[in-house]
Amino acid sequence: YVTYISLFFFSWDETHFGKMGSYYINRTFFFDVHPPLGKMLIGLAGYLSGYNGTFPFQKPGDRYEHHNYIGMRGFCAFLGSCLVPFAYLIVLELSKSLSAALLAASILIFDTGCITLSQYILLDPILMFFLMGAVLSMVKYNSCADRPFSAPWWFWLSLTGVNLAGAIGVKFVGLFVVLLVGLNTVYDLWELLGDLSLSLVTLGKHLLARVFCLILLPLALYTAQFAVHFAVLNKSGPGDGFFSSAFQSRLIGNNLHNVSIPEHLAYGSVITMKNLRMAGGYLHSHWHLYPEGVGARQQQVTAYLHKDLNNLWVIKKHDSNTDHLDPSCSVEFVRHGDVIRLEHKETSRNLHSHQHEAPMTRKHFQVTGYGINGTGDANDFWRIEVVGRKAGKRIKVLRSQIRLTHLATGCILGSSGKTLPKWGWEQVEVTCTPYVKETPNALWNVEDHINPKLPNISLDVLKPSFPEILLESHMVMIRGNSGLKPKENEVTSKPWHWPINYQGLRFSGVNETDHRVYLLGNPVVWWLNLVTIGLYLLMATCTIVAIKRGVQLTVEFKELSEVLLHSGGKMMLGWLLHYLPFFMMGRVLYFHHYFPAMLFSSMLTGITWDTLLKFCAGCLSCSVGKRVYTYGTLALMLLIVYSFYLFHPLSYGMVGPMASDPNSPMAGLRWLESWEF
Amino acid sequence: MLGFLKQPVVVTAEINMNLVALTVMGLVNRFWALSYPRAVVFDEVYYGQFVSLYMKRIFFVDDSGPPFGHMLLAFGGRAPLNFNLGKYSMNVPIWSLRLLPALSGALCVPLAYQILVELHFSHCAAFGAALLILFENSLITQSRLMLLESVLIFFILLAILSYLKFYNLQKCSPFTAGWWFWLLLTGVACSCAVGVKYMGLFTYMLLLATAGVHFWHLIGDQTLSNLCCMTSGKLHHLSVSVFCHLLARGLTLVVVPVAMYLSFFYVHLTLLYRSGPHDQIMTSAFQASLEGGLARITQGQPLEVAYGSQITLRNVLGKPVPCWLHSHKNTYPIRYENGRGSSHQQQVTCYPFKDVNNWWIVKDPGMQQLVVSNPPRPVRHGHIVQLVHGITTRYLNTHDVAAPLSPHSQEISCYIDYNISMPAQNLWRVEIVNRESDTDVWKTILSEVRFVHVNTSAVLKLSGASLPEWGYRQLEIIGEKLSKGYHQSMLWNVEEHRYGKSQEQKEREVELHSPTQADISKNLSFMARFTELQWKILTLKNEDTEHKYSSSPLDWITMDTNIAYWFHPISGAQIHLIGNILTWASANVATLVYVCLFLWYLLRRRRKICDIPEDAWRLWVSAGGLCVGGWAVNYFPFFMMEKTLFLYHYLPALTFQILLIPVVLQHLTDHLCRSQLPKNMFSALIVAWFSSIYLVYRTFSPLTYGEPILSAAELRALRWKDSWDILIRKH
Repeated sequence: YVTYISLFFFSWDETHFGKMGSYYINRTFFFDVHPPLGKMLIGLAGYLSGYNGTFPFQKPGDRYEHHNYIGMRGFCAFLGSCLVPFAYLIVLELSKSLSAALLAASILIFDTGCITLSQYILLDPILMFFLMGAVLSMVKYNSCADRPFSAPWWFWLSLTGVNLAGAIGVKFVGLFVVLLVGLNTVYDLWELLGDLSLSLVTLGKHLLARVFCLILLPLALYTAQFAVHFAVLNKSGPGDGFFSSAFQSRLIGNNLHNVSIPEHLAYGSVITMKNLRMAGGYLHSHWHLYPEGVGARQQQVTAYLHKDLNNLWVIKKHDSNTDHLDPSCSVEFVRHGDVIRLEHKETSRNLHSHQHEAPMTRKHFQVTGYGINGTGDANDFWRIEVVGRKAGKRIKVLRSQIRLTHLATGCILGSSGKTLPKWGWEQVEVTCTPYVKETPNALWNVEDHINPKLPNISLDVLKPSFPEILLESHMVMIRGNSGLKPKENEVTSKPWHWPINYQGLRFSGVNETDHRVYLLGNPVVWWLNLVTIGLYLLMATCTIVAIKRGVQLTVEFKELSEVLLHSGGKMMLGWLLHYLPFFMMGRVLYFHHYFPAMLFSSMLTGITWDTLLKFCAGCLSCSVGKRVYTYGTLALMLLIVYSFYLFHPLSYGMVGPMASDPNSPMAGLRWLESWEF
Repeated sequence: MLGFLKQPVVVTAEINMNLVALTVMGLVNRFWALSYPRAVVFDEVYYGQFVSLYMKRIFFVDDSGPPFGHMLLAFGGRAPLNFNLGKYSMNVPIWSLRLLPALSGALCVPLAYQILVELHFSHCAAFGAALLILFENSLITQSRLMLLESVLIFFILLAILSYLKFYNLQKCSPFTAGWWFWLLLTGVACSCAVGVKYMGLFTYMLLLATAGVHFWHLIGDQTLSNLCCMTSGKLHHLSVSVFCHLLARGLTLVVVPVAMYLSFFYVHLTLLYRSGPHDQIMTSAFQASLEGGLARITQGQPLEVAYGSQITLRNVLGKPVPCWLHSHKNTYPIRYENGRGSSHQQQVTCYPFKDVNNWWIVKDPGMQQLVVSNPPRPVRHGHIVQLVHGITTRYLNTHDVAAPLSPHSQEISCYIDYNISMPAQNLWRVEIVNRESDTDVWKTILSEVRFVHVNTSAVLKLSGASLPEWGYRQLEIIGEKLSKGYHQSMLWNVEEHRYGKSQEQKEREVELHSPTQADISKNLSFMARFTELQWKILTLKNEDTEHKYSSSPLDWITMDTNIAYWFHPISGAQIHLIGNILTWASANVATLVYVCLFLWYLLRRRRKICDIPEDAWRLWVSAGGLCVGGWAVNYFPFFMMEKTLFLYHYLPALTFQILLIPVVLQHLTDHLCRSQLPKNMFSALIVAWFSSIYLVYRTFSPLTYGEPILSAAELRALRWKDSWDILIRKH
């Protein structure tokens, strides 16, 4: 049904996910805040359709030229079009009513937003596909409940698990559908527990089957995705800097790959130190001084993300300036708890701190380079400690997490993560924090290590295990997600905008002559959905109060109320679970985050209106009732189709003057001032 | 007639000596040497400042909570005080300032007793609960100082107690005076709790949910009628309708608290009518409603902006700092440091101080004159105007040149004609955002206006970035091309305003320098002021979030952290917020035991196996629901908060958790010890445990009360956990 058009432009987030598809094809490592499945599938689709991964995807609006992108778009569009039959089947299964199912399906067919979203190379159609798949199989296995442990029951149960793994593997938003299925399962088990005819053994079987299919199976598949992800992306790429040194040693082309360096630190070693916070830089210094008015006018010490000669430091004893590399000296290892001096290799200044305020973080102390040729003062002394180690142990390269405590003031060397202004070359601030906290900001590890007197060992033994890299990549993803904060004075989309279709998202094209696509839900459909939520709450409240008060219902109405409360309740719960959490999120939000919730709300609309019409029909006499039911359903359908006819240019592209111009054909459709098509 | 005299007048008083004893003990234990130390301890410095502002009637905004708590504290104050870190001067009524928190802290002890009694637990268990609260060091510390947590806990417990009283009356005598009293008190106590600190909201929600569940059971009660109202016949408690019950609850638990909450703000705003240090963060309209400050300037300026008006424009958002649209003689540098070029025209910035260069003149593009005609022609929504900078008489202009710091937006300048085929584009459309109709007049202070550039439809906006040295670190103003919706940074309001009279530039300069004249005053309605203040309280963010004693919620549960409140530099006496570690540990164990047992019973009951009688089960559920629920709602939300958190945020949750200990203990003795021998052994164990709790309280009391002064060795011995920060002086 989705007649997706071959736009020669690509738009908006395609820069993102298209590029990541290319990375898979080129096998270069990258970092993204979402789990890998969606991008892997895009990459696979591109690969199978002959795309060679060379298109640069630089800025929205570039032309694809001769690149073969149809496969990737077609794949997404295909998954997007699967949503309609899924919705149809779910509602049919839940309400046993053909017209309700048709209504829900037609809402999704004729919603401009869904169409727009599934035309492009985005993660959302893939996410929604798995999400609806999970709900569908959940509903199916629920209706198999009378024949447990039969083949279809097992099939749908395990398919639920597979789909859950898929949903959560595309975006973390998939967690909400996991929650929905989880609550449904708990309810299910609770019902079974209350059934005294079942023995405890049978109950145990039920429980185990669900644990296996809904917890273990998805977990295994999810882990497998990451295994594939790490196996495919084995070349160094733009994502390296986000990860720890140990992680980087796995990547071909990274300078940590297959290097061999001495394992234990000794005095006289030349090292680089990497901050352990995400995307933390290397401890760095250069000849430039802090400018006037920013603490003491001494040499700058910063954190720098790139590899550079100025990142090299020499470990010296705090009380002597002997050259430990002199062959006559014996090797002396640095041990946990030792007091050391760090001398910058290029400028021969010591790492120094004092009670001047740091340039950006005013409550911390400034860190500078001080002294000439290694002679400084007592403020150059640092105690080196390894987290979780006992005194006297040696310090390992890469593996040890090191804390440097300033001897005189007791503060700890750390990187605040704030970018310095022009004078600091926009490198990251390094401070000495007086607040003793176990944060990665204040921890460092040794990455490069040069000491000719020590034997080199291969770093292969230090390679992290799969669980370790899995955990690390999750930590990095979570921190990346929470790092996507909106800037102040920036207009962002708010969750309350979404259900009222307050504002869309410009997909491509800005000017009058461009081919413009604007992501906006079909307003009639969306407002119908919104009204329906209120209507549903009203109807459900009336029904349960009536039942609680002991009102006697006829068999027909009893069935209707059953559908309303149980099936409608599931959809309502789905909507709530996919919508409310966004109010509590601190990260940047976009309009398209609402679409999973919108799917549930559309299915709820189908069920609610069908129930309402049936109820009206039931109250009236037989023939009149039937007519009311038929005409009501038809009227709703026609309304949806007509509104789609009005708004279809939004998703299939518009050319010509902007809608704010009264001459534009779309001018009459700009019902809200905040729409900008 | 005088028959009643035949009988003697007898007053039978029933006094629960338990309660009296507990109250006295609570008072002694909280009031002991209350005015020691005579120094400002920890957050007293903030609350003290607020109290003294109350005394001086100066308006302030505190982002930590609503004003009721500050108001209560201010009762204790007498004269304007000066609070700084350090010692109190002799004239500070320190005892009366600390009286209220200490009193509420002391009353928590009998409240805890009453709550357990109302939950139908034995007096023994109730007494135990009260003792646990009595000997909880952290609660004592917090209530002996001028802080609000103990007041909050008092109101929370009061709300719970009155709800329980109400609920127990519900069964036998609904709609009696007592029933109404306790129901009303629930609502009042809830609103007081919310009014003291927003944390009270969690308990309020819990109570609403409980009331909801209880009402749901009431709906199922078929003896109640549906809609017809009460007072029909003598058996009125039977014929009272469900609807009346709903109405009564809605009125007392929703309407009354909301009204009370509003009234706190009403009193707050009525009392504080003078302008003060926090004026700047409020909008111009709000500031104009305060005495002194802006009101002195703006009082009596003309309301409607007309062609020829001289105005200053303030950004509505005012972040990072409140500022006014500004221009000065200096031009943009020809090339920026990063090599991009500029138009080299006159700079337009946003300037956070009052200055004569903040004045602009509204000009009709079709006319030359810069004075207001007679009668004035007001500017309306949608009109096209030019903005002329008062001192330099240059026109506000924007063009397709990248802004200095935000290259995706247009540069805003005051136009200088260099004759280089860069024409002036200085027409702006005035869009009043908060208009009522499309023909609204642009009003001083009240109207929030967007300036849309006519040629490029860019919108005048404060970007929030500070310009470098060449722009004197003033704030950058840009023309936002893709105006996505409305954001406050694009809105401007006229603050100072007068009708321009002078035709000549020289005269005009003199006029601009002269103060404006006043003739009418404007008043905001209470609701408008309330909404604004409430919004500011909720959205104000403190920049510096790091604190030496801040902690994460995970540290609280095991008390891995403490807060050093006060330290005497010479004697070494110190006060810490540190709890009774044994109580904390037992409370955690009790919670764990409760949850496990609850799940066990629940699953077994589902299989129709009843381990305990129905009554005991109902008791178990209601007591646990209240205590564990209260703990959960007061604890878990902190995991989602991004503000700086301290150990004292855990105290309300802890109070609920402590109430759970005797509940679990009594349940264990009643239902799990089947024969007499284990019962006796268990009781002995409990006695031993209580005495050790008392011992721990005694051990840590020097850190709670600040005296007696301990030696370094004794202090070191008190450091039971490595993570505790106990200050030991170096000799």
